[in-house]
Amino acid sequence: MKSVFSVAVVTGILNTMMGLATPFLYAALGETIAQTSGVVNLGVDGIMLFSAFAAFYATLTTGSLWLGLLAAALVGLLMGLLMSFVSVTLKAEQGVSGIGLYMFGLGMSSLLLKILIGTVKTVVGFPPVPIPLLSDIPVLGPVLFRNSILVYGAFLCVPLVWWLLERTTLGLKIKSVGQNPAAADSLGISVDGIRYVSVCAGAVLAGIAGASLSISLLDLFQDNLTAGQGFIAVALVYFGAWSPVGVLGGALLFSAVNSFQLWVQVLGVKIPASVAVMLPYVLTIAALTVTVNRMRQPAALNKPFERGES
Amino acid sequence: MTTDKATGPTRGNRVPGVDWSRIALNVVLPVAGVVFALLLGAGMLLILKANPLAAYASLVRGAVGSRFGLTQTLVKATPLLLVGLGICIAFRANVINIGGEGQIIAGALMSTWFPLFFHTWPGWLLIPATMIVGFIAGAFWGFIPGILKARLNVNEILSTIMLNAIALQLMNLLLQGPLMDPAGVAAHTFLAQSAQLPQAVWLPRLVPRTLLHAGAIVAVVLAVVVYVFLWRTTIGYDIRAVGLNPDAARYSGINVPTFQALSLTLAGGFAGLAGVVEVIGVQHRLLEGLTSGYGFTGIVAALMGSLHPIGLIPASILFGGLLVGADTMQRAAQVPSSLVDALLGLVVLFVSGSALWSRRWASKRRTAEQMDQEGTA
Repeated sequence: MKSVFSVAVVTGILNTMMGLATPFLYAALGETIAQTSGVVNLGVDGIMLFSAFAAFYATLTTGSLWLGLLAAALVGLLMGLLMSFVSVTLKAEQGVSGIGLYMFGLGMSSLLLKILIGTVKTVVGFPPVPIPLLSDIPVLGPVLFRNSILVYGAFLCVPLVWWLLERTTLGLKIKSVGQNPAAADSLGISVDGIRYVSVCAGAVLAGIAGASLSISLLDLFQDNLTAGQGFIAVALVYFGAWSPVGVLGGALLFSAVNSFQLWVQVLGVKIPASVAVMLPYVLTIAALTVTVNRMRQPAALNKPFERGES
Repeated sequence: MTTDKATGPTRGNRVPGVDWSRIALNVVLPVAGVVFALLLGAGMLLILKANPLAAYASLVRGAVGSRFGLTQTLVKATPLLLVGLGICIAFRANVINIGGEGQIIAGALMSTWFPLFFHTWPGWLLIPATMIVGFIAGAFWGFIPGILKARLNVNEILSTIMLNAIALQLMNLLLQGPLMDPAGVAAHTFLAQSAQLPQAVWLPRLVPRTLLHAGAIVAVVLAVVVYVFLWRTTIGYDIRAVGLNPDAARYSGINVPTFQALSLTLAGGFAGLAGVVEVIGVQHRLLEGLTSGYGFTGIVAALMGSLHPIGLIPASILFGGLLVGADTMQRAAQVPSSLVDALLGLVVLFVSGSALWSRRWASKRRTAEQMDQEGTA
């Protein structure tokens, strides 16, 4: 066990953690925006899958990573519009419509993979961009400042989403339709409009989360690439108590455990692979049972708004 | 009155107790959802330069075009019906059970271990005992999120999804260890599957030279049982009351969390039973990929059946047929079967989205009836 705690391994674990946290951060921060407006989007995993495919396919055919990223964001936006239409305009039960969106994304990405690509292919993803000076800091430099642009972006999203929700008029409106839609409505705020914007913004971030997997971290696409990461991202929002900083903490903790698990396997410590893979899921349930600050839960979460109904 | 002219003339002859127009609405909307999804799917195939007519023709041919296809449709409908019955109970209590996959695995694991261990028991004892053990295993896997929700207010959607992943890894662990087929170990193939179960526990086949097994009858009988349970017993009434209006249920003295935990436990039990019939009815051993996504497709079937145990029977057969036909379509028309997965997602989106219209329609009719009564009084 001594080798697990050597400096090289610890920095390795930390570096893997940064990468693993990236899709969780994008997806969970996006879901934070959607849930703050009162909509639970359970279809995050489906959006990630479809977008991951779109990013991969666009990159493969055009050779441009940026077009790939754009394709992922576009697919995210379209899936967000679909989710908003069913959940906000048609006022569907959000848990059910989200599962529908997940199944749609899972099926579509698999269908298109088989028809448009067929065999296993890989792309050259976003390369690591060392930040001058900072990346030369001993030990921590290579961990924190020698990553791909999408990894930096994920961590940059934490203050951005915080700023959006806490320091802008739009953020105030998002919160008000999530807390008391009837009051917001009486003040002339379009409840449905704000919820559309929030769900779509969240979905675009989920799309980028998918792209970060297929054209930055793994550089490939296969059936069910995310393996449920989108659902874990939703769980992180509850764990982080609807605060971007809380989500960051959850994503880091979760990714650290996952990274440790991967390294333990790489180093050949005798733990059955299934037990190691199981660990993060057990951790997620444990994290959900820890009493989070439920006072912060948006009061109108999961409740469609209809005028004249309190 | 003027707003509701269409139903005006028939209102007088309506049989009290059976609301035929309501049933019609519950059939029309989901069927429209399936048609809508199939049309969208055809559009997608056209864009992808595949022939939708050929694809759908091979799908229908696969599902109902032969004796074997028909029985396969029923074979796949059986676990869907069982999972769907559990989903009905849970959704009726306003609890969303996404944990079908994990609960199926729990049932399948125990229904593999039990007959392998008690292999000397005669069939008349071993089959029912295995079913009960599998039901309990699935129920336990549903009880965990149930009690977490009741006691710690843990979101059941998330906990059931995590428990799916945990059950899957548990099955992998056992299939690579204690449950691995000794024959595979001896032959150095190390296939991730269990030994074949003793013949005594195999469910009898209903049609010779097909896979259709007695589990199908068990599932239909249980559909009636669940109907009686939900609409003719006190516990069933309380479960539905919790789902319809939790506040009202609480004020009338019903312990809402307890009934939600109970409904998740029962849902798990029925999904566990789906795992049992797959093991002792179809495969006769445990192997990877046994769940085939029934935990999710069962949700679609339950929604399609308007969360009614009897409505679930035709809905399960429909989706069983779709699954069988999807495989044929993949072989015959080279259209990947994942098309059907995407279409199932669209059906869920459509059916959940159309709930608004049936709700509005119901409240409009209620108002009209009240006005009627006021008029005659």
